[in-house]
Amino acid sequence: MKRVINLLLPLCGIGMALAAWWAASVAVPDLPSPVRTWEESKLYVLEPLAYRGESDQGILLLAYYSLMRVARGFLLGIAIATPLGFLLGVSATLTRMFDPIMQVLRPISPLAWLPLGLVLFQKSEPAALFAIAVCSMWPTVINTMMGVRAIPQDYWNVAKVLRLSRTTTFIKIIVPATLPYMFTGYRLSLGIAWLVIVASEMLTGTPGVGGFLWQEYNSLVYAHILLAIITIGVVGFALDRLMGVAEARLRAS
Amino acid sequence: MAFLEVRNLSKSFPTPAGVRHVLKDVQLDVEYGEFVSLVGAMGSGKSTLLSLLAGLTSPDTGTVVLDGKPVTGVRSDAAFVFQNYSLLPWFSALENVRLGVQAAFPGASADEQKRRATEALERVGLGNALDRKPRQLSGGMRQRVSLARAFATEPRVLFLDEPFGALDALTRDALQQDLAQLCAGRDRPVTTVMITNSVEEAILLSDRIVPIVSGPPASLGASIPVELARPRTLAQLAHDEQATHARAHVVASLTASLQRRSRPLSAGAPKALSAAEPAKAPGPA
Repeated sequence: MKRVINLLLPLCGIGMALAAWWAASVAVPDLPSPVRTWEESKLYVLEPLAYRGESDQGILLLAYYSLMRVARGFLLGIAIATPLGFLLGVSATLTRMFDPIMQVLRPISPLAWLPLGLVLFQKSEPAALFAIAVCSMWPTVINTMMGVRAIPQDYWNVAKVLRLSRTTTFIKIIVPATLPYMFTGYRLSLGIAWLVIVASEMLTGTPGVGGFLWQEYNSLVYAHILLAIITIGVVGFALDRLMGVAEARLRAS
Repeated sequence: MAFLEVRNLSKSFPTPAGVRHVLKDVQLDVEYGEFVSLVGAMGSGKSTLLSLLAGLTSPDTGTVVLDGKPVTGVRSDAAFVFQNYSLLPWFSALENVRLGVQAAFPGASADEQKRRATEALERVGLGNALDRKPRQLSGGMRQRVSLARAFATEPRVLFLDEPFGALDALTRDALQQDLAQLCAGRDRPVTTVMITNSVEEAILLSDRIVPIVSGPPASLGASIPVELARPRTLAQLAHDEQATHARAHVVASLTASLQRRSRPLSAGAPKALSAAEPAKAPGPA
Protein backbone atom coordinates (compact mmCIF):
# COMPACT_ATOMS: atom_id res chain seq x y z
CA MET A 1 0.00 0.00 0.00
CA LYS A 2 2.74 2.39 0.98
CA ARG A 3 4.63 1.49 -2.18
CA VAL A 4 1.63 2.30 -4.31
CA ILE A 5 1.32 5.71 -2.66
CA ASN A 6 5.05 6.34 -3.08
CA LEU A 7 4.62 5.71 -6.79
CA LEU A 8 1.31 7.48 -7.12
CA LEU A 9 2.25 10.78 -5.51
CA PRO A 10 5.09 11.66 -7.93
CA LEU A 11 2.83 10.62 -10.83
CA CYS A 12 0.16 13.01 -9.53
CA GLY A 13 2.75 15.80 -9.48
CA ILE A 14 3.85 15.05 -13.04
CA GLY A 15 0.22 14.93 -14.13
CA MET A 16 -0.45 18.35 -12.62
CA ALA A 17 2.63 19.82 -14.29
CA LEU A 18 1.46 18.43 -17.64
CA ALA A 19 -1.98 19.93 -17.02
CA ALA A 20 -0.42 23.33 -16.33
CA TRP A 21 1.66 23.00 -19.49
CA TRP A 22 -1.44 22.13 -21.51
CA ALA A 23 -3.34 25.10 -20.03
CA ALA A 24 -0.46 27.41 -20.93
CA SER A 25 -0.42 26.04 -24.49
CA VAL A 26 -4.11 26.87 -24.81
CA ALA A 27 -3.50 30.43 -23.64
CA VAL A 28 -0.37 30.97 -25.79
CA PRO A 29 -0.93 29.61 -29.31
CA ASP A 30 2.82 29.52 -30.12
CA LEU A 31 3.51 27.12 -27.24
CA PRO A 32 3.03 23.50 -28.35
CA SER A 33 0.86 21.33 -26.11
CA PRO A 34 2.34 18.19 -24.52
CA VAL A 35 0.74 16.01 -27.16
CA ARG A 36 1.99 18.14 -30.05
CA THR A 37 5.47 18.24 -28.49
CA TRP A 38 5.49 14.46 -28.41
CA GLU A 39 4.21 14.17 -31.97
CA GLU A 40 6.93 16.46 -33.29
CA SER A 41 9.72 15.05 -31.09
CA LYS A 42 9.11 11.34 -31.20
CA LEU A 43 11.50 10.83 -34.10
CA TYR A 44 14.32 12.20 -31.92
CA VAL A 45 13.32 10.16 -28.90
CA LEU A 46 12.50 6.86 -30.62
CA GLU A 47 15.68 6.99 -32.69
CA PRO A 48 17.88 8.58 -30.07
CA LEU A 49 21.19 7.71 -31.74
CA ALA A 50 20.25 8.52 -35.34
CA TYR A 51 22.56 10.80 -37.30
CA ARG A 52 20.75 12.57 -40.15
CA GLY A 53 23.21 15.38 -40.57
CA GLU A 54 24.98 18.01 -38.46
CA SER A 55 21.78 19.79 -37.43
CA ASP A 56 19.47 16.79 -37.26
CA GLN A 57 20.50 14.14 -34.75
CA GLY A 58 18.90 11.85 -32.15
CA ILE A 59 18.48 13.35 -28.70
CA LEU A 60 20.86 10.94 -26.97
CA LEU A 61 23.57 11.72 -29.48
CA LEU A 62 23.10 15.43 -28.77
CA ALA A 63 23.15 14.78 -25.03
CA TYR A 64 26.31 12.75 -25.52
CA TYR A 65 28.09 15.69 -27.19
CA SER A 66 27.04 17.97 -24.35
CA LEU A 67 28.06 15.43 -21.71
CA MET A 68 31.51 14.99 -23.24
CA ARG A 69 32.00 18.74 -23.26
CA VAL A 70 30.80 18.97 -19.66
CA ALA A 71 33.07 16.10 -18.64
CA ARG A 72 36.13 17.81 -20.07
CA GLY A 73 35.27 21.20 -18.60
CA PHE A 74 34.35 19.68 -15.25
CA LEU A 75 37.55 17.59 -15.05
CA LEU A 76 39.59 20.64 -15.93
CA GLY A 77 37.74 22.61 -13.26
CA ILE A 78 38.20 20.10 -10.45
CA ALA A 79 41.80 19.46 -11.48
CA ILE A 80 42.45 23.09 -10.64
CA ALA A 81 39.95 23.37 -7.79
CA THR A 82 40.98 20.35 -5.69
CA PRO A 83 44.65 21.29 -5.12
CA LEU A 84 43.59 24.90 -4.65
CA GLY A 85 41.09 23.81 -1.99
CA PHE A 86 43.76 21.80 -0.16
CA LEU A 87 46.19 24.71 -0.22
CA LEU A 88 43.58 27.15 1.07
CA GLY A 89 42.48 24.67 3.73
CA VAL A 90 45.99 24.16 5.07
CA SER A 91 47.24 27.74 4.91
CA ALA A 92 45.46 30.61 6.61
CA THR A 93 47.83 33.05 4.89
CA LEU A 94 46.81 31.86 1.42
CA THR A 95 43.14 32.01 2.40
CA ARG A 96 43.47 35.62 3.47
CA MET A 97 45.36 36.36 0.26
CA PHE A 98 42.84 34.79 -2.13
CA ASP A 99 39.51 34.90 -0.35
CA PRO A 100 38.48 38.37 -1.62
CA ILE A 101 39.28 37.57 -5.24
CA MET A 102 37.44 34.25 -4.95
CA GLN A 103 34.34 35.93 -3.58
CA VAL A 104 34.39 38.34 -6.52
CA LEU A 105 34.94 35.69 -9.20
CA ARG A 106 32.38 33.24 -7.82
CA PRO A 107 29.13 35.05 -8.74
CA ILE A 108 30.17 35.81 -12.33
CA SER A 109 27.76 34.27 -14.87
CA PRO A 110 28.99 31.85 -17.55
CA LEU A 111 27.60 34.27 -20.13
CA ALA A 112 30.20 36.79 -18.96
CA TRP A 113 33.12 34.34 -19.03
CA LEU A 114 32.43 32.97 -22.49
CA PRO A 115 33.36 36.07 -24.54
CA LEU A 116 36.54 36.35 -22.49
CA GLY A 117 37.27 32.71 -23.35
CA LEU A 118 36.73 33.46 -27.03
CA VAL A 119 39.16 36.38 -26.80
CA LEU A 120 41.71 34.21 -25.00
CA PHE A 121 41.49 31.06 -27.13
CA GLN A 122 40.01 32.30 -30.44
CA LYS A 123 37.95 29.09 -30.84
CA SER A 124 34.57 28.17 -29.45
CA GLU A 125 35.44 24.73 -28.06
CA PRO A 126 38.26 25.79 -25.67
CA ALA A 127 36.25 28.89 -24.77
CA ALA A 128 33.34 26.67 -23.69
CA LEU A 129 35.67 24.46 -21.62
CA PHE A 130 37.16 27.58 -20.05
CA ALA A 131 33.72 28.90 -19.08
CA ILE A 132 32.64 25.54 -17.64
CA ALA A 133 35.86 25.13 -15.66
CA VAL A 134 35.87 28.65 -14.25
CA CYS A 135 32.21 28.57 -13.25
CA SER A 136 32.07 25.06 -11.83
CA MET A 137 35.27 25.03 -9.78
CA TRP A 138 34.13 27.13 -6.80
CA PRO A 139 32.02 24.60 -4.89
CA THR A 140 34.94 22.16 -5.06
CA VAL A 141 37.43 24.78 -3.88
CA ILE A 142 35.23 25.81 -0.99
CA ASN A 143 34.15 22.32 0.08
CA THR A 144 37.68 20.92 -0.06
CA MET A 145 38.91 23.88 1.96
CA MET A 146 36.15 23.35 4.53
CA GLY A 147 36.92 19.63 4.64
CA VAL A 148 40.55 20.23 5.49
CA ARG A 149 39.59 22.73 8.18
CA ALA A 150 37.10 20.26 9.67
CA ILE A 151 39.73 17.57 10.27
CA PRO A 152 39.50 16.78 14.00
CA GLN A 153 42.43 17.65 16.24
CA ASP A 154 42.74 13.91 17.03
CA TYR A 155 43.94 13.16 13.52
CA TRP A 156 46.46 15.98 13.57
CA ASN A 157 47.68 14.59 16.90
CA VAL A 158 48.18 11.19 15.30
CA ALA A 159 50.31 12.81 12.60
CA LYS A 160 52.28 14.72 15.21
CA VAL A 161 52.80 11.83 17.60
CA LEU A 162 53.79 9.35 14.89
CA ARG A 163 56.02 12.02 13.36
CA LEU A 164 54.52 11.42 9.93
CA SER A 165 56.17 13.23 7.05
CA ARG A 166 54.24 15.93 5.20
CA THR A 167 53.62 13.59 2.27
CA THR A 168 52.42 10.73 4.49
CA THR A 169 50.19 13.08 6.49
CA PHE A 170 48.70 14.33 3.25
CA ILE A 171 48.06 10.91 1.72
CA LYS A 172 47.04 8.97 4.83
CA ILE A 173 45.22 11.62 6.84
CA ILE A 174 44.31 14.82 5.01
CA VAL A 175 43.00 13.25 1.79
CA PRO A 176 40.86 10.49 3.36
CA ALA A 177 39.48 12.88 5.97
CA THR A 178 38.55 15.42 3.29
CA LEU A 179 37.20 12.97 0.69
CA PRO A 180 33.51 13.18 1.66
CA TYR A 181 33.61 17.00 1.55
CA MET A 182 35.47 16.89 -1.74
CA PHE A 183 32.79 14.70 -3.27
CA THR A 184 30.02 17.02 -2.12
CA GLY A 185 31.99 19.73 -3.91
CA TYR A 186 32.28 17.59 -7.06
CA ARG A 187 28.57 16.96 -7.04
CA LEU A 188 27.74 20.67 -6.82
CA SER A 189 30.41 21.50 -9.40
CA LEU A 190 29.00 18.99 -11.85
CA GLY A 191 25.56 20.52 -11.40
CA ILE A 192 26.94 23.95 -12.27
CA ALA A 193 28.95 22.57 -15.20
CA TRP A 194 25.72 21.17 -16.66
CA LEU A 195 24.03 24.57 -16.23
CA VAL A 196 26.90 26.29 -18.01
CA ILE A 197 26.95 23.90 -20.97
CA VAL A 198 23.59 25.04 -22.30
CA ALA A 199 24.54 28.71 -22.19
CA SER A 200 27.91 28.12 -23.79
CA GLU A 201 26.47 25.95 -26.58
CA MET A 202 23.80 28.51 -27.28
CA LEU A 203 26.36 31.29 -27.61
CA THR A 204 28.90 29.33 -29.65
CA GLY A 205 26.44 27.29 -31.71
CA THR A 206 28.28 24.02 -31.16
CA PRO A 207 26.36 20.73 -31.55
CA GLY A 208 24.81 19.50 -28.33
CA VAL A 209 21.52 19.83 -26.45
CA GLY A 210 22.00 23.56 -25.88
CA GLY A 211 23.06 24.19 -29.46
CA PHE A 212 20.08 22.19 -30.69
CA LEU A 213 17.74 24.25 -28.52
CA TRP A 214 18.95 27.54 -29.99
CA GLN A 215 18.98 26.22 -33.54
CA GLU A 216 15.38 24.95 -33.27
CA TYR A 217 14.29 28.27 -31.77
CA ASN A 218 15.75 30.03 -34.78
CA SER A 219 14.01 27.58 -37.12
CA LEU A 220 10.73 28.18 -35.24
CA VAL A 221 10.31 24.50 -34.24
CA TYR A 222 9.13 25.30 -30.73
CA ALA A 223 8.29 21.70 -29.78
CA HIS A 224 11.97 20.88 -29.97
CA ILE A 225 12.78 23.62 -27.49
CA LEU A 226 10.60 21.80 -24.99
CA LEU A 227 12.21 18.48 -25.92
CA ALA A 228 15.66 20.00 -25.27
CA ILE A 229 14.53 21.51 -21.96
CA ILE A 230 13.16 18.20 -20.72
CA THR A 231 16.33 16.39 -21.85
CA ILE A 232 18.53 18.90 -20.02
CA GLY A 233 16.49 18.42 -16.86
CA VAL A 234 16.48 14.62 -17.01
CA VAL A 235 20.20 14.38 -17.74
CA GLY A 236 21.02 16.87 -14.96
CA PHE A 237 18.89 14.87 -12.54
CA ALA A 238 20.59 11.61 -13.57
CA LEU A 239 24.04 13.17 -13.12
CA ASP A 240 23.17 14.41 -9.65
CA ARG A 241 21.80 11.01 -8.67
CA LEU A 242 24.93 9.26 -9.93
CA MET A 243 27.17 11.58 -7.95
CA GLY A 244 24.88 11.14 -4.96
CA VAL A 245 25.30 7.37 -5.13
CA ALA A 246 29.08 7.73 -5.43
CA GLU A 247 29.07 10.08 -2.46
CA ALA A 248 26.98 7.73 -0.32
CA ARG A 249 29.25 4.80 -1.18
CA LEU A 250 32.22 6.87 -0.12
CA ARG A 251 30.72 7.88 3.19
CA ALA A 252 29.75 4.29 3.98
CA SER A 253 33.19 2.79 3.31
CA MET B 1 70.69 13.23 36.50
CA ALA B 2 67.22 11.78 36.04
CA PHE B 3 66.07 10.32 32.69
CA LEU B 4 63.32 12.91 32.43
CA GLU B 5 63.95 16.24 34.10
CA VAL B 6 61.39 19.01 34.25
CA ARG B 7 62.47 22.37 35.62
CA ASN B 8 60.41 25.52 36.33
CA LEU B 9 57.86 24.68 33.66
CA SER B 10 55.11 27.30 33.13
CA LYS B 11 52.39 27.51 30.53
CA SER B 12 49.56 29.95 29.98
CA PHE B 13 46.96 30.38 27.26
CA PRO B 14 45.33 33.58 26.03
CA THR B 15 41.54 33.54 26.45
CA PRO B 16 38.92 36.21 25.76
CA ALA B 17 38.74 36.76 29.53
CA GLY B 18 42.50 37.30 29.82
CA VAL B 19 45.57 35.12 30.15
CA ARG B 20 44.93 31.79 31.85
CA HIS B 21 47.89 30.40 33.76
CA VAL B 22 47.54 26.64 33.56
CA LEU B 23 50.86 25.50 34.94
CA LYS B 24 53.33 27.29 37.15
CA ASP B 25 56.83 26.29 38.21
CA VAL B 26 56.42 22.57 37.69
CA GLN B 27 59.38 20.42 38.76
CA LEU B 28 59.51 16.69 38.07
CA ASP B 29 62.13 13.94 37.87
CA VAL B 30 61.40 10.54 36.36
CA GLU B 31 64.04 7.81 36.53
CA TYR B 32 64.85 5.47 33.66
CA GLY B 33 62.27 2.68 33.46
CA GLU B 34 60.04 4.25 36.07
CA PHE B 35 56.23 4.35 35.80
CA VAL B 36 54.98 7.65 37.20
CA SER B 37 51.33 8.65 37.41
CA LEU B 38 50.22 12.26 37.61
CA VAL B 39 46.89 12.29 39.41
CA GLY B 40 44.59 15.28 39.44
CA ALA B 41 41.03 16.44 39.01
CA MET B 42 39.52 17.40 35.67
CA GLY B 43 40.69 20.75 34.40
CA SER B 44 43.79 20.74 36.56
CA GLY B 45 46.15 21.16 33.60
CA LYS B 46 47.19 17.51 33.43
CA SER B 47 46.91 17.15 29.69
CA THR B 48 48.75 20.40 29.11
CA LEU B 49 51.59 19.12 31.24
CA LEU B 50 51.79 15.83 29.35
CA SER B 51 51.75 17.65 25.98
CA LEU B 52 54.70 19.71 27.19
CA LEU B 53 56.62 16.62 28.35
CA ALA B 54 55.98 14.88 25.04
CA GLY B 55 57.00 17.91 23.01
CA LEU B 56 53.55 18.37 21.43
CA THR B 57 53.51 21.95 22.66
CA SER B 58 56.26 24.19 23.95
CA PRO B 59 56.32 25.86 27.36
CA ASP B 60 56.35 29.60 28.10
CA THR B 61 59.29 29.17 30.44
CA GLY B 62 61.26 26.27 31.87
CA THR B 63 62.86 23.21 30.33
CA VAL B 64 62.15 19.54 29.75
CA VAL B 65 65.26 17.38 29.37
CA LEU B 66 64.84 13.76 28.30
CA ASP B 67 67.81 11.42 28.25
CA GLY B 68 70.20 14.37 28.36
CA LYS B 69 68.60 16.22 25.45
CA PRO B 70 66.20 19.15 25.69
CA VAL B 71 62.73 18.31 24.35
CA THR B 72 61.88 20.57 21.42
CA GLY B 73 59.46 18.34 19.50
CA VAL B 74 58.07 14.83 19.49
CA ARG B 75 60.91 12.32 19.92
CA SER B 76 61.29 9.33 17.64
CA ASP B 77 61.54 6.96 20.63
CA ALA B 78 58.39 8.25 22.34
CA ALA B 79 54.85 6.90 22.01
CA PHE B 80 51.55 8.42 23.01
CA VAL B 81 48.15 6.98 23.93
CA PHE B 82 45.21 9.38 24.01
CA GLN B 83 41.94 9.01 25.86
CA ASN B 84 39.86 9.21 22.68
CA TYR B 85 41.66 6.37 20.84
CA SER B 86 42.86 8.62 18.00
CA LEU B 87 42.59 5.89 15.40
CA LEU B 88 42.06 6.73 11.75
CA PRO B 89 38.59 5.44 10.83
CA TRP B 90 39.42 4.72 7.18
CA PHE B 91 42.17 2.26 8.12
CA SER B 92 41.84 -1.22 9.59
CA ALA B 93 43.34 -2.04 13.00
CA LEU B 94 46.38 -3.48 11.25
CA GLU B 95 46.84 -0.45 9.01
CA ASN B 96 46.52 1.90 11.96
CA VAL B 97 49.27 0.09 13.84
CA ARG B 98 51.33 -0.22 10.69
CA LEU B 99 51.28 3.54 10.21
CA GLY B 100 53.05 3.83 13.56
CA VAL B 101 55.51 1.08 12.67
CA GLN B 102 56.30 2.68 9.31
CA ALA B 103 57.07 5.97 11.00
CA ALA B 104 59.23 4.32 13.69
CA PHE B 105 61.09 1.88 11.42
CA PRO B 106 61.23 3.54 8.01
CA GLY B 107 64.11 1.30 6.96
CA ALA B 108 62.25 -1.96 7.57
CA SER B 109 60.76 -3.91 4.66
CA ALA B 110 57.01 -3.96 4.10
CA ASP B 111 56.84 -7.57 5.32
CA GLU B 112 58.80 -6.72 8.44
CA GLN B 113 56.53 -3.76 9.18
CA LYS B 114 53.46 -5.91 8.72
CA ARG B 115 54.90 -8.61 10.98
CA ARG B 116 55.63 -6.11 13.74
CA ALA B 117 52.15 -4.61 13.50
CA THR B 118 50.51 -8.05 13.52
CA GLU B 119 52.54 -9.16 16.53
CA ALA B 120 51.69 -6.01 18.44
CA LEU B 121 47.98 -6.62 17.86
CA GLU B 122 48.30 -10.28 18.80
CA ARG B 123 49.92 -9.28 22.09
CA VAL B 124 46.79 -7.33 23.04
CA GLY B 125 44.54 -10.22 21.97
CA LEU B 126 43.36 -8.72 18.69
CA GLY B 127 44.96 -11.28 16.37
CA ASN B 128 41.52 -12.07 14.94
CA ALA B 129 40.47 -8.45 14.40
CA LEU B 130 43.34 -7.27 12.20
CA ASP B 131 41.18 -6.26 9.26
CA ARG B 132 38.38 -4.62 11.21
CA LYS B 133 37.82 -0.90 11.01
CA PRO B 134 37.77 1.09 14.26
CA ARG B 135 34.00 1.58 14.12
CA GLN B 136 33.57 -2.20 14.05
CA LEU B 137 35.46 -2.45 17.35
CA SER B 138 34.25 -1.79 20.89
CA GLY B 139 35.78 1.03 22.93
CA GLY B 140 38.01 -1.39 24.80
CA MET B 141 39.22 -3.01 21.57
CA ARG B 142 39.91 0.39 20.03
CA GLN B 143 42.03 1.38 22.98
CA ARG B 144 43.85 -1.96 22.68
CA VAL B 145 44.69 -1.02 19.10
CA SER B 146 46.03 2.31 20.41
CA LEU B 147 48.16 0.44 22.95
CA ALA B 148 49.37 -1.92 20.23
CA ARG B 149 50.27 1.05 18.03
CA ALA B 150 52.23 2.62 20.88
CA PHE B 151 54.11 -0.55 21.82
CA ALA B 152 54.74 -1.64 18.21
CA THR B 153 57.13 1.28 17.82
CA GLU B 154 59.22 -0.13 20.73
CA PRO B 155 59.30 3.20 22.52
CA ARG B 156 61.71 4.11 25.30
CA VAL B 157 59.24 6.66 26.66
CA LEU B 158 55.51 6.28 26.86
CA PHE B 159 53.03 9.10 27.49
CA LEU B 160 49.52 8.05 28.47
CA ASP B 161 46.81 10.71 28.58
CA GLU B 162 43.94 9.20 30.62
CA PRO B 163 44.22 6.10 28.46
CA PHE B 164 41.22 4.34 30.01
CA GLY B 165 39.08 7.38 30.84
CA ALA B 166 36.48 6.69 28.16
CA LEU B 167 35.93 3.02 29.08
CA ASP B 168 33.42 1.33 31.34
CA ALA B 169 34.69 -0.03 34.64
CA LEU B 170 35.04 -3.70 33.65
CA THR B 171 36.81 -2.99 30.37
CA ARG B 172 38.98 -0.54 32.24
CA ASP B 173 40.16 -3.26 34.65
CA ALA B 174 41.01 -5.59 31.80
CA LEU B 175 42.98 -2.95 29.92
CA GLN B 176 44.89 -1.88 33.00
CA GLN B 177 46.12 -5.45 33.32
CA ASP B 178 46.97 -5.50 29.60
CA LEU B 179 49.03 -2.36 30.00
CA ALA B 180 50.84 -3.74 33.06
CA GLN B 181 51.70 -6.87 31.09
CA LEU B 182 52.88 -4.91 28.06
CA CYS B 183 55.15 -2.83 30.28
CA ALA B 184 56.50 -5.88 32.10
CA GLY B 185 56.93 -8.05 29.01
CA ARG B 186 59.56 -5.93 27.32
CA ASP B 187 63.26 -6.62 26.88
CA ARG B 188 64.22 -3.12 27.95
CA PRO B 189 62.09 -1.08 30.31
CA VAL B 190 59.86 1.71 29.07
CA THR B 191 59.80 4.94 31.05
CA THR B 192 56.15 5.87 31.42
CA VAL B 193 54.30 9.00 32.45
CA MET B 194 50.55 8.47 32.82
CA ILE B 195 47.86 11.00 33.52
CA THR B 196 44.75 9.83 35.29
CA ASN B 197 42.00 10.98 37.60
CA SER B 198 41.73 7.55 39.19
CA VAL B 199 43.78 7.00 42.33
CA GLU B 200 43.10 3.28 42.11
CA GLU B 201 44.45 3.06 38.58
CA ALA B 202 47.56 4.98 39.60
CA ILE B 203 48.24 2.63 42.53
CA LEU B 204 47.69 -0.44 40.35
CA LEU B 205 50.16 0.62 37.67
CA SER B 206 52.74 3.05 39.02
CA ASP B 207 56.02 3.02 40.88
CA ARG B 208 55.32 6.55 42.05
CA ILE B 209 52.34 8.87 42.17
CA VAL B 210 52.60 12.64 41.86
CA PRO B 211 49.47 14.59 42.80
CA ILE B 212 48.63 17.69 40.82
CA VAL B 213 47.64 20.41 43.28
CA SER B 214 45.59 23.60 43.20
CA GLY B 215 45.08 24.22 39.52
CA PRO B 216 44.97 26.56 37.82
CA PRO B 217 47.78 27.35 37.79
CA ALA B 218 48.66 23.81 38.79
CA SER B 219 51.88 22.67 40.35
CA LEU B 220 52.98 19.25 41.56
CA GLY B 221 52.70 17.94 45.11
CA ALA B 222 55.23 15.74 46.91
CA SER B 223 55.46 12.36 45.21
CA ILE B 224 54.19 9.21 46.90
CA PRO B 225 56.02 5.94 46.21
CA VAL B 226 53.97 2.78 45.62
CA GLU B 227 56.16 -0.05 46.86
CA LEU B 228 54.00 -3.04 46.03
CA ALA B 229 55.15 -6.26 44.43
CA ARG B 230 54.02 -6.93 40.86
CA PRO B 231 51.88 -8.28 39.35
CA ARG B 232 49.21 -6.37 41.23
CA THR B 233 45.50 -6.98 41.12
CA LEU B 234 42.65 -4.72 42.14
CA ALA B 235 41.37 -7.35 44.59
CA GLN B 236 44.71 -7.47 46.31
CA LEU B 237 44.95 -3.68 46.42
CA ALA B 238 41.63 -3.40 48.20
CA HIS B 239 43.05 -5.00 51.36
CA ASP B 240 46.77 -4.37 51.15
CA GLU B 241 48.12 -2.14 53.92
CA GLN B 242 50.69 -0.44 51.69
CA ALA B 243 48.07 0.32 49.09
CA THR B 244 45.67 1.69 51.70
CA HIS B 245 48.43 3.91 52.99
CA ALA B 246 49.32 5.22 49.52
CA ARG B 247 45.66 5.79 48.69
CA ALA B 248 45.07 7.78 51.86
CA HIS B 249 48.18 9.83 51.17
CA VAL B 250 47.21 10.70 47.59
CA VAL B 251 43.61 11.46 48.49
CA ALA B 252 44.72 13.67 51.38
CA SER B 253 47.03 15.79 49.24
CA LEU B 254 44.43 16.07 46.48
CA THR B 255 41.60 17.10 48.82
CA ALA B 256 43.88 19.58 50.55
CA SER B 257 44.56 21.22 47.21
CA LEU B 258 40.87 21.18 46.25
CA GLN B 259 39.91 22.84 49.53
CA ARG B 260 42.54 25.50 49.01
CA ARG B 261 41.03 26.13 45.63
CA SER B 262 37.42 26.33 46.79
CA ARG B 263 37.93 28.50 49.90
CA PRO B 264 38.18 31.89 48.16
CA LEU B 265 35.11 30.97 46.14
CA SER B 266 32.94 30.27 49.18
CA ALA B 267 34.17 33.45 50.83
CA GLY B 268 33.14 35.41 47.77
CA ALA B 269 29.72 33.81 47.43
CA PRO B 270 27.81 35.74 50.16
CA LYS B 271 29.15 39.01 48.78
CA ALA B 272 27.81 38.24 45.35
CA LEU B 273 24.44 37.36 46.83
CA SER B 274 24.12 40.51 48.89
CA ALA B 275 25.09 42.58 45.88
CA ALA B 276 22.38 40.96 43.81
CA GLU B 277 19.60 41.42 46.37
CA PRO B 278 19.20 45.22 46.37
CA ALA B 279 19.20 45.22 42.59
CA LYS B 280 16.37 42.70 42.58
CA ALA B 281 14.25 44.40 45.28
CA PRO B 282 12.84 47.31 43.22
CA GLY B 283 11.50 44.93 40.61
CA PRO B 284 8.35 43.59 42.34
CA ALA B 285 7.75 46.90 44.21
